[in-house]
Amino acid sequence: MQIANDVVLLSRIQFGMTALYHFLFVPLTLGLSTILGIMETVYFITKRPIWRTMTKYWGLLFGINVAMGVATGVTLEFQFGTNWAYYSHYVGDVFGAPLAIEGLMAFFLEATFVGVFFFAWDRISKGAHLVVTWLMAAGASFSALWILIANGWMQHPEGAHFNFHTMRMELYDFYSVIFNDVAQAKFVHTISAGYVTGSMFVISISAYFLLRKRHIAFAKRSMTVGAAFGLASALCVVVLGDESGYLAGFNQKMKVAAIEGMWETEAAPAALTVIGFPDQANRITKYTLKIPYLLGLIATRSIHEPVYGIVDLVDEARHRIQSGMHAYSALDALQKDPNDKHAEDVLTANEENIGYGFLLKRYTDDVVRATPEQIEEAAWYTVPDVFTLFWTFRLMVACGLYFIALFAVTYYLSLRRRVIRHPWFLKLILFSLPLPWLAAEAGWVVAEYGRQPWVVDGLLPTFMGVSSISAQSVLISLFGFIFFYTVLAVVELYLMVKYIRLGPEALFKPEDFNVQPN
Amino acid sequence: MLDIESLRLIWWLLLGVLLVGFAITDGFDFGAAFLLPFVAKKEAERRIVLNAVGPFWEGNQVWIVLGAGAIFAAWPPVYAVAFSGFYLLILLLLLTMGISRPVSFKYRSKLPNHFWRRFWDFVVFTGGLFPAVIFGILIGNTLMGVPFYFDNNLMIHYAGTFFDLFHPFALWCGLTSLMMLTMHGGLYLAIKTENPIRDRAIYYSRMAAFLMIICFAVGGVWIAKGIMGYEVAGGVDPYGYSNPLHKSVTSATGAWLQNYSRYSLSLLAPLLAFIGAFSAMLTARFRNSLFAFCCSSVSILGVIATVGVSMFPFILPSSNNLTSSLLVWDSSSSELTLLLMLFAVLIFMPMILLYTSWAYYVLRGKVRQEDVEVQAKKQAAY
Repeated sequence: MQIANDVVLLSRIQFGMTALYHFLFVPLTLGLSTILGIMETVYFITKRPIWRTMTKYWGLLFGINVAMGVATGVTLEFQFGTNWAYYSHYVGDVFGAPLAIEGLMAFFLEATFVGVFFFAWDRISKGAHLVVTWLMAAGASFSALWILIANGWMQHPEGAHFNFHTMRMELYDFYSVIFNDVAQAKFVHTISAGYVTGSMFVISISAYFLLRKRHIAFAKRSMTVGAAFGLASALCVVVLGDESGYLAGFNQKMKVAAIEGMWETEAAPAALTVIGFPDQANRITKYTLKIPYLLGLIATRSIHEPVYGIVDLVDEARHRIQSGMHAYSALDALQKDPNDKHAEDVLTANEENIGYGFLLKRYTDDVVRATPEQIEEAAWYTVPDVFTLFWTFRLMVACGLYFIALFAVTYYLSLRRRVIRHPWFLKLILFSLPLPWLAAEAGWVVAEYGRQPWVVDGLLPTFMGVSSISAQSVLISLFGFIFFYTVLAVVELYLMVKYIRLGPEALFKPEDFNVQPN
Repeated sequence: MLDIESLRLIWWLLLGVLLVGFAITDGFDFGAAFLLPFVAKKEAERRIVLNAVGPFWEGNQVWIVLGAGAIFAAWPPVYAVAFSGFYLLILLLLLTMGISRPVSFKYRSKLPNHFWRRFWDFVVFTGGLFPAVIFGILIGNTLMGVPFYFDNNLMIHYAGTFFDLFHPFALWCGLTSLMMLTMHGGLYLAIKTENPIRDRAIYYSRMAAFLMIICFAVGGVWIAKGIMGYEVAGGVDPYGYSNPLHKSVTSATGAWLQNYSRYSLSLLAPLLAFIGAFSAMLTARFRNSLFAFCCSSVSILGVIATVGVSMFPFILPSSNNLTSSLLVWDSSSSELTLLLMLFAVLIFMPMILLYTSWAYYVLRGKVRQEDVEVQAKKQAAY
C-alpha cells in the first residue's frame, strides 16, 4: 500500500483552508447571537423600542454573517468523507457520534429558530420571540460544544480501543469522550473567544457611529453591552486558555514543548520563554528571553514536576515506534489467522502504540522490518513545526491580554458616559476590529497544526487518513472552493460595509429609536 | 436490551427516516427554487416565492447535515466509500446546495439593483435544480453498484472515473428525482401563494407528477431488465463484526426484484409511490392543496422505501469486487455506538418535530405581496 503524498498535501491544504475560512464566521455567530439575546432581554424588561431596534439591526448584520457560516460549514462535515475516507472508517465509531448529536441537538435548533427570529417579529408575542432568540443562541453554543467534543477526542483520544476484527477504533466509554477534560476546556475557551469577537464587532462599529456622530443613543447603548460582555468574556478566555495549557501539559507534551521552543528538558520548574527564534534544523531556540519558573507552574501546577523537552519526547516516540512495530506484526498475523492467540496477546500489549507503527508507513511498506534510520526519521517526524507554533501562540496570547485591557477601559468609560469624549480611543477600538479574528485563527493553528503529524493524537497519522482519490480531483475541488469562497468573501464584505454605512436610522423608522417605554 | 442485529435493522430504518425527512422538507424548497423562473414572472412574484420558502429552507437543510452525520456515526464505511467514491459529484452538490444556496436566499433582496437580484435568482434556481438531480444520480449509482474494494487494512480503493457516474440509468434516476421534487415543491407553493402563482405552480406540479409516474415506472422496468442487481450468497452473520470481507455475493440482472417475491408486503413501497403521485395530481386543486402535498409526501416516502427494500440487505454494493459490498450486517458501528445514537435520536427527534411544527404553525398562511412589502420595510423579509 503506497500513500500518495500529493493527495495528502492537497487534502490538508483544502481542509485547513476551508476550516480557517469557516472559522471567520463561527466566532461572530457565537458572540452576536448571545448579544442579541442580551439586547432583546433588555427590551423585554424595559419595553424601550430602541432595544428592539438594536436587536434587529445587529440581527441584520448577524444574518449576513450566518449565511456564510451555514454555507461554509457543510463543506467541513462532508470533507471527512470525501477527502479523509480512511480516517472516517478508522474513527467513525467514536468521532461520528458527537457530530450526529450536534445535528440533532444544535443545528436543528439554530436553523429553525433563525427563520422564526427574522420572520416572526409581528407574529408572536414579545416573550415568545425572546425565547426564540435565546434558543437560536443556545443552538449556536451547543454546536460549538459537540464539535469541540469531537475535536477534543482528536487531541486527546479517550474511551475507545482498537478492534482488529474491524480494523478501527471502537467506543467503549462515551462518558469519557463527552467529559474529556481537553474537550471541556476547549469548549469554554472557544465560545468565550466567540463572545469576545461578537463584543469587539459591536463596540467597533458603535465606535464608528460615535466618531461620525451618528445614531448616538443607539451606539452608546450598544457599546455598553459590548464592553461589559466583552470584558467578562476576555477574562474567561485567558483564564480558561491557561486551563487548556495545563491540560495540554498533561496530554499533549509535544505540543507544549513545541509552543515553548523547548528542546531540552529543564530542571523543574521550567522557565517560560517569552521571545525566541526556534531553529528546527539545528534543534535549538536562539535569542531567548525567559521568565524563570513560570512555565513549570502553568503547565504542571507544581514546582517538582518537569516539563519535557522535545529531545526527550522524541526519545519516548522512538520507544513507542518500536512497540508499534510489534503491534503491527501481530496485526499482520491476525489478519491471516484471527484465532492466533499469541498474536492477539502481543497486539493487546502494544495496542496503544499501533499508531506509532503506522508512522513508519511513510518510510517503508515493510513496517515490521524498518531500519534504525527509518525509526529515527519517524521519531523526529513527531515534532510539529516549532517556529510556527511558537509565534502563533504568542500572537494569540498577546491579543488575549490586549482585549482585557481594551474592554476594561471601554467599560469604564462607557459607565462614566465619557467614551464619546475620546475620539482617539474610539479610533483605537475601531482599528482593533480585526484582532479577535487574528487571535481565533492563530488559536486554530496552534490547536490543529500543532497536532501534526497526527490526525488523532498518537493513534492515526494524518497521512494515513486520506481517501484513495486522484490528486487531480482534489486540485479541482480546491480551486472550486477558492473561487467560490473568494467571490463570496467579496460579496459578504460588500454587504456588511454597505449595511454598516447605512446605519440603523436609514433602515428603521424614527419612532423605533424611542428611549422611553411604549 | 437490544442486540446488534436489531440495532442494525433499526439504524437501517432510521437511515430511511432521515432520507425521507430530508426529501420531504428540503425537497419542497428544491422544487420551489427550481420552479422560481417558471411560476414567477415579475419581481413582486419572485419575492413572494422566495419568502414562501424563506423562513424554512435553513431548518430543512439540517436534515441532510444530520443525515450525513448519522451515516458517519452509524455506518462509517458507507460514509467513507460513498463520499470519497462520488467525490466530484459531492463537490458539485456542496458548491450548489451547500455553499451558494444559503447565500442566494439571504443576499438576494439585500440590494435593489436589478442585475444583482437576477443573478441571485439564477443561483437560487441552480440551488434547486442541481441538488434535486444530483441526489437522483447518487441513488442511481448506488443501485448499480460502485467500483471499489477494500484491502486487508480495510483501506478503500476506488477504481471509477467521474464520467462513470453519468450512466444513462443514473441520469434517469436524476430526472425522476427532479420530477418528484418539482411535483412536491409546486404543491408547497400552491399552499403558500395566491393566484396567479398558485395556478402556475399547480400546472407545473401536475405535469411533473405525471412525468414522475412515467419515469418511476420506466426505472422499474430498467431495474428488472437492464441493471445488474446483487444478492448475498452466504457467509453473513447479522451478529458478526463489521468487516465486509467475510461474505460472498453474486450479481445478476434483475436481482433487485428478489425481495418483492420473497416478501409480498414490500410491494407496498412502489405502490405508495404511484398512488401518492397519482392522488397528488388529482387533488392538486382540492381546498388549499394541503391534502395533495401530503399525497406527494407519501409518494416520496414510497420512492425512497422502494430503493431501500429493493436493495436490502445491501446499502452500497461494490461492482468490481462483490465481496467488498456493504451490507446492513457488516458495515455498521459498534453495538454501543448504535445504542447511544438510538437514545440520542429518541430524545431529540420528538423535540425537533415539535418545535419545527411550531415554526411552521407560527409562519402559516399565504404569503401576499402587501405583507412582503410591509415586512421588508421592517427588515423582516427576503
